[in-house]
Amino acid sequence: MASVPAVLKSEWTKIRTVSSTTWTLACALIVTVAIGAALCALMRSQFDDLKPAERLTFDPTLISFSGMILGQLAMVVFGVLVVGTEYSSGMIRSSLAAVPRRGTFLFSKLAVATLLALVVGMVTSFLTFFLGQALLGPHRTTIGSPNVLRAVVGAGLYMALIALFSMGVAAMLRSSMLSLGILMPFFFLISQILSAVPGAKNVARYFPDRAGSQIMQVVPDAMNSDPAPYGPWGGLGIMALWVVAALAGGYLVLRHRDA
Amino acid sequence: MIELEGLTKRYGSKVAVDQLSFQVRPGVVTGFLGPNGAGKSTTMRMLLDLDNPTSGSVRIDGKHYRELAEPLKYIGALLDAKAMHGGRTAYNNLLCLAQSNRIPAARVSEVLDTVGLTAVAKKKAKGFSLGMGQRLGIASALLGDPEILMFDEPVNGLDPEGIHWIRNLMKQLAGEGRTIFVSSHLMSEMALTADHLIVIGQGRLLADTSMADFIRQNSRSFVRLRSPQWERLLDVLHQAGVPFLQTGDGAIEVDNGRIEALGELAAQHQLVLHELSGQQASLEEAFMQMTAGSVEYHAHGATTPGGPPAAPPDWGGAKEAPRWGAFGQDKGV
Repeated sequence: MASVPAVLKSEWTKIRTVSSTTWTLACALIVTVAIGAALCALMRSQFDDLKPAERLTFDPTLISFSGMILGQLAMVVFGVLVVGTEYSSGMIRSSLAAVPRRGTFLFSKLAVATLLALVVGMVTSFLTFFLGQALLGPHRTTIGSPNVLRAVVGAGLYMALIALFSMGVAAMLRSSMLSLGILMPFFFLISQILSAVPGAKNVARYFPDRAGSQIMQVVPDAMNSDPAPYGPWGGLGIMALWVVAALAGGYLVLRHRDA
Repeated sequence: MIELEGLTKRYGSKVAVDQLSFQVRPGVVTGFLGPNGAGKSTTMRMLLDLDNPTSGSVRIDGKHYRELAEPLKYIGALLDAKAMHGGRTAYNNLLCLAQSNRIPAARVSEVLDTVGLTAVAKKKAKGFSLGMGQRLGIASALLGDPEILMFDEPVNGLDPEGIHWIRNLMKQLAGEGRTIFVSSHLMSEMALTADHLIVIGQGRLLADTSMADFIRQNSRSFVRLRSPQWERLLDVLHQAGVPFLQTGDGAIEVDNGRIEALGELAAQHQLVLHELSGQQASLEEAFMQMTAGSVEYHAHGATTPGGPPAAPPDWGGAKEAPRWGAFGQDKGV
């Protein structure tokens, strides 16, 4: 059995010596924070134009995370590339010849990449929260208010889980292009559109991103949204189940298919 | 020592590797020869546990590949030059492989120096030529200073200087007592590097023999005669009891004939000769003969790929196959 610390070290070298790591993670942070800040500034100026129901359920925490809808796409790219470039470059054959235990190889890679995504996710989450609150002015909340810290930490976890889910999908599909071709439209379009369609939204609610983002809400049914059949942690749990399924699929594919 | 036992790989109904059993012994360069599509690369991938065999097994020093704790220290392989991440530098590509097997970083610089890539160690691998990629692949094989080395078509893309270098490297490594297993589709390349030869065609073992035996048994020598009076020449040869073959182009070939004796025979009967020459069939031809029945992608041209230009139609071809098939058996693999 290969030494796990050695494999972890090797995977860390892999991840830190390619430029895609830097630009995808930087994108995730900048896009999330910039769009979050812009929306917070907009909300402040437009607050009085909101419908009464929206004003009643105004959730300053959730508003500051608005940028994640786009920022998460960069996390998807990060997750997909971490696994997918092993296949597109042909490196997978060298990697598996060096670490023939499929589980050790895959889960070491995923552990390193997810830890990095988690750190970046947390930094992004706290940064976008504090900047957003500063821009919301009189409508702001504070980190010490009930459930706010849970939402901010949860947003960081959400980012890491999105990345991990993407890694699992890329391990199953064994191709960066194919994985991005499925995940990007899914998170950016399909999930967003279906959750606005009556009927379909009861299903879309259980999609990983929809369920997982429940953790970022502080005010129940924030912004006059439909009540969800699960709580914040329940939603994150549903997302975690998706992640586990993707990882199990990825592991089985790696174990049984020819490299 | 690498041991294959009944190794078989099927893709659907197509058999890529068929019941391969042989051993690769230490201290010599073992050539693994076969035409394109014969199953060489598939076999090598199965040796490294990259592809799962349909049946049969491979043992590396008695162990299954997946049981090796730090496999790079046992077996180093060059599979293809593209098995590296183009966005990473040559040094970093090797470093991450080294780290996974607890090989010190200093060894990375050492192998880069061995393959002559020190100057481009900090360059991204995607800018590398095929030859440089090949050298990088060889460097990765050498990383763990392994007892077994496996090279899949190592001379591909190398310039003459590089080819010369890899030949010497392999001989030197074998000289140190290591097991060297190298594939090629070029007989001429094998003749220069390999001490032992394993030939496959359509996934089946065709020969497992020492290079010396192979050369002895397969270099057919014959005398080629051409005459404007060829009908009389045939009669003369017939009367003298000399076995001969007629080629398609009007020449006559006498296997293992002596030029002197044939020249004198012609003179006695006052025959005009336009050609009297000693010929040696090359190993390349012998190899083509052997695998003629098992070449997957035939070129459809005027000449049959199975036979050399000088060979008569009734001499070459797959009919000879049983003779070759016998090697594998009498070598007792």
